[in-house]
Amino acid sequence: MLRVKNVSAYYGNIQVLRRVTFHVNKGEIVSLIGGNGAGKSTLLNVISGLHPPSAGTIFFERQEIHKLAPDKMVRLGLLQVPEQRQIFNSMTVTENLELGSYSLPKKEQKRMAKSQRQEIYALFPILQERAQQRAGTLSGGEQQMLSIGRALMARPRMLLLDEPSLGLAPLVAQEILEVTCKLRDNGTTVLLVEQNAQTALEICDRAYVLEAGRIVLEGTPHELLANDEVRRAFLGKDYKEKWER
Amino acid sequence: MIWSQLPQFFVSGLTSGSIYALIALGFGIIHNATGIVNFAQGEFVMLGAMTMISLTQVVGLPLLVAFPLAVLAVMAVGWLMEIGPIRRARSNNILILVMITVGASITMRETAMHIWGKTPRTLPPFSGEEPLVLGNAAILPQTLWILGITLLVVILLGFFFNRTMVGKAMRAVAENRRGAALIGIGVYRMTLLSFVLSGGIGAVAGIIVTPITTMSYSAGVMLALKGFAAAILGGYGSMKGAVLGGLLLGAMESFGAGFVSSAYKDAFAFLILLLVLFIRPAGLFGKEEIKRV
Ligand SMILES: Nc1ncnc2c1ncn2[C@@H]1O[C@H](COP(=O)(O)OP(=O)(O)O)[C@@H](O)[C@H]1O
Ligand SMILES: [Mg+2]
Repeated sequence: MLRVKNVSAYYGNIQVLRRVTFHVNKGEIVSLIGGNGAGKSTLLNVISGLHPPSAGTIFFERQEIHKLAPDKMVRLGLLQVPEQRQIFNSMTVTENLELGSYSLPKKEQKRMAKSQRQEIYALFPILQERAQQRAGTLSGGEQQMLSIGRALMARPRMLLLDEPSLGLAPLVAQEILEVTCKLRDNGTTVLLVEQNAQTALEICDRAYVLEAGRIVLEGTPHELLANDEVRRAFLGKDYKEKWER
Repeated sequence: MIWSQLPQFFVSGLTSGSIYALIALGFGIIHNATGIVNFAQGEFVMLGAMTMISLTQVVGLPLLVAFPLAVLAVMAVGWLMEIGPIRRARSNNILILVMITVGASITMRETAMHIWGKTPRTLPPFSGEEPLVLGNAAILPQTLWILGITLLVVILLGFFFNRTMVGKAMRAVAENRRGAALIGIGVYRMTLLSFVLSGGIGAVAGIIVTPITTMSYSAGVMLALKGFAAAILGGYGSMKGAVLGGLLLGAMESFGAGFVSSAYKDAFAFLILLLVLFIRPAGLFGKEEIKRV
């Protein structure tokens, strides 16, 4: 569904992505794991059209998308839920959700808006309680839910989630991961970016490891969990086990 | 006795205040969509008035036809300004974009001078010149037109920004460009719309004010400065602030001219501008977080 080929990207003179190649099949949850500063967010922004790649190609389904503007991606059904949530703080939860359907044809907006909001409230009941509250007054977890909900209003075929559990209490993070699984089961393809390999590997079908702008490993969660390097770098178990041995 | 003139000062303050409010709104709309100060805002006002003068006095169109045509013409100027120099600059650098608006403003002024010459012109009032006398104040019919049309514009804008999807999308862009782009709001289209809208509002201001004053190719400069001062006073980028800042500036100017001296009328705007910048740079309704640069 998404095919990224030899993509490089720079900030000024600094190369952040080095010939990144990977793909996501329809209906999969694929995790992209990497430490802080590995280039994960940059990669998502390149895919979303917010940051131009210096080289490489990106295909979404059969369409070449690496030269399209961000709003075109949304119309194709490719939605990013960014790391900093980027919700509209001064507007209410309802208004934020409403704006999420901006990219849909006018007719559908009117016809579907309400039932679609109900679907999102079913996924995140707390948002319904907060419906008339300004987004800026929500807790971190609620803001993350709103950010995901807002993206869902555009009826995405594929979601790019950038560290959705970052800074959240474990229970809330768990809830968000469960919703991610539900979305996949309902047919949305997901690219899940995480620093926290443990949780990401729990729910994904396949995973890639990004290090200093390069894809260094790929495999099923099972394979990656068995990999010493992954364990050392992301799970922090290796040393302990060695010492105890 | 000067006290008996208070109502008159009030009416004239409200009148010029309405115009400043409209100009301040124009500044605010472009600022919110793009983050820049549009130095050509005053030229929009001037072009609206001059086009109206030509359409009614040279072409001979009736007021009701000429008014919307003149507004559309200046909206087209705003449109050209955005798809031309602003977009082609392909720049996110605020300073570069602001300099482009300075260039556009000079270009429009010079062009206007070639088309309409240097002599100030005016328009007849929309309906009669017989003032209504209310207590101590004489109110020109044109004053009522100005107040009424300004009110209408404010109400329409309020509806647009709070009730329509496109208006909400513009607010979304103002609040968080990246967030807006990520849900498919075309930021460029919003920028374009902001220039068209500001052009239209500027033109309305110019058309309704000209019957009680005069308009010349360079009159936009002073009007823009007043509108800018009003926007700063209200809180730059705030729609509510623009309206109240405009009315307040108009009132202060009018009372200042009455009580002190009309020779200093224009100086009041700048005095207020400086005071606000010293005391409360965020203005009355602005966000506190405005930084000094
Ligand atoms: N806007 C920016 N300008 C310059 N450098 C940036 C910018 N954003 C990120 N970087 C740098 O690019 C690298 C990758 O950042 P990022 O993609 O955010 O990593 P991650 O999301 O994996 O933590 C980091 O070294 C970071 O400092
Ligand atoms: Mg990141």
